Amino acid sequence: MLNDWLFIGLMLVIAPIFPIAALIIPRILAPKKPNPLKTQTYECGIETVGDTWVQFKAQYYNFALVFLVFDVEIVFLFPWAVAFNQLPLYGVIVGILFIEVLVIGLIYAWRKGILEWS
Amino acid sequence: MADPVTFIAKWLEGYLAGLGLSSGWISVIQAALGVVVLGSAVLLVDIFLVWVERKVVARFQDRLGPNRLGPFGLFQPIADVIKLLLKEDITPQGADKFVYNLAPILALATVIILWAVIPLSVTVVGSTINVGALYIVAVGAIGTLGIIMAGWASNNKFALLGAFRMVAQMISYEVPMVIAILIPVILAKSMSLADIVQSQTVWYIVLAPIAAIVFLIGAQAELGRAPFDLSEAESEIVAGFHIEYTGMKFGLFYAGELLHALTFGGLFATFFLGGWRGWGAETYPILGIGYFFIKAMVMYWVIMWIKYSFPRVRIDQMLSFCWKFLTPLILTVLSITAILDKVMTGLPYWIYVLVMLLSNLVILYFVIQAVGRYARKERQKVAEPEKIRVAFPVKSSTSTSQAS
Repeated sequence: MLNDWLFIGLMLVIAPIFPIAALIIPRILAPKKPNPLKTQTYECGIETVGDTWVQFKAQYYNFALVFLVFDVEIVFLFPWAVAFNQLPLYGVIVGILFIEVLVIGLIYAWRKGILEWS
Repeated sequence: MADPVTFIAKWLEGYLAGLGLSSGWISVIQAALGVVVLGSAVLLVDIFLVWVERKVVARFQDRLGPNRLGPFGLFQPIADVIKLLLKEDITPQGADKFVYNLAPILALATVIILWAVIPLSVTVVGSTINVGALYIVAVGAIGTLGIIMAGWASNNKFALLGAFRMVAQMISYEVPMVIAILIPVILAKSMSLADIVQSQTVWYIVLAPIAAIVFLIGAQAELGRAPFDLSEAESEIVAGFHIEYTGMKFGLFYAGELLHALTFGGLFATFFLGGWRGWGAETYPILGIGYFFIKAMVMYWVIMWIKYSFPRVRIDQMLSFCWKFLTPLILTVLSITAILDKVMTGLPYWIYVLVMLLSNLVILYFVIQAVGRYARKERQKVAEPEKIRVAFPVKSSTSTSQAS
């Protein structure tokens, strides 16, 4: 069991080394001659107007909120699925009721027009 | 010699013990070697995937594809890698340098990290942690972070728009995809991927075909491949989040995308196609690796097939398809699967399989009917557009338009 987590831990440390190595090799081999024209932000040939980090559409935020609700739900459902054999039928029905409560939430969001992209 | 991987591991253990190392250090060295071998193997397959992708897309578009370098153009990706390594690396003005450089690293590293828990064979598996399915969901979400970092740090409006679209898409499709993963977990009663494969005497695609389809659609969206490639819609936002990346940094994004596709092919094989299971895979684990990669490559090919067959969807269509269709559908399937699984404990396995399959087919029938009705209504709307209200009514006996 501990060996399994050891493998994951080493994976987390060693896996980024492959792409980092792939980024270090061009530093040595590739030419580096930046000039103001070359490093300009790409914008179809004209200069960029204004700040890049502009305000964005509020719709993205709504979808993120709905996602958050379901993501938390899923975290609760995984242990429920693993303990399935130990659960009586009552436990399964309670779990499904929990899902349906969130479905009602989804329907409410739908009715309120949060899921529309306008 | 039925199992060379275990044989080499045992030999290594004996050799290191002979050098007088303690058992703790031996397991560290073994795990580190395993990680390096797995990572290198995965990246080698990745380089080969560039060739597969180019060759297959060429065939889909009635072209020949790379055929100059080596047999069938097999050495083309190696030449590509050498070219990318020698390319100048341009950092755009005003970019957030640290985040800008970190994004491609995350994009590839997260995909390699995913392979730690995928069982390649009965004995060849990086780690058999008992939260494997959750680990895949968690690590997969870091890939989203890499994309929004790339879009945000590039100091380019196109990149930022692409990143926003990609994140909206990835978080939306993560919900049906993760619930689709939950169904094999319920069927196997375990989150460990090794246990899920072990329990598939009948492939789960037979027990849960709808979950398999939803997982495939979710994977397609999660990868950002057509028809869900809004983040790099060439006609709207040029190249999306990786517009400012050149040379090897772009190469890392590209390699990450291809490897991610193969990983999802592998995950589909693990969850629904029985992973390494196949004839003689229990006694000869090395065969299991072959079976696993054949299944993963077939699913990779299906993902490519969808990519090159469908036109791009609009962002509102993409989001409503996820939230108004896939999510309610998969929640229904999850509820029905859970109840049926509990009710049928103790019954013979073939009845269990038959009832599961039939329930899925019945749901599929009603869903197809509903989708067909909706499509007919939409087509009618396009065929007969609303009558235009005119300010001055036309003097005509048939005209029904009214003045407003």
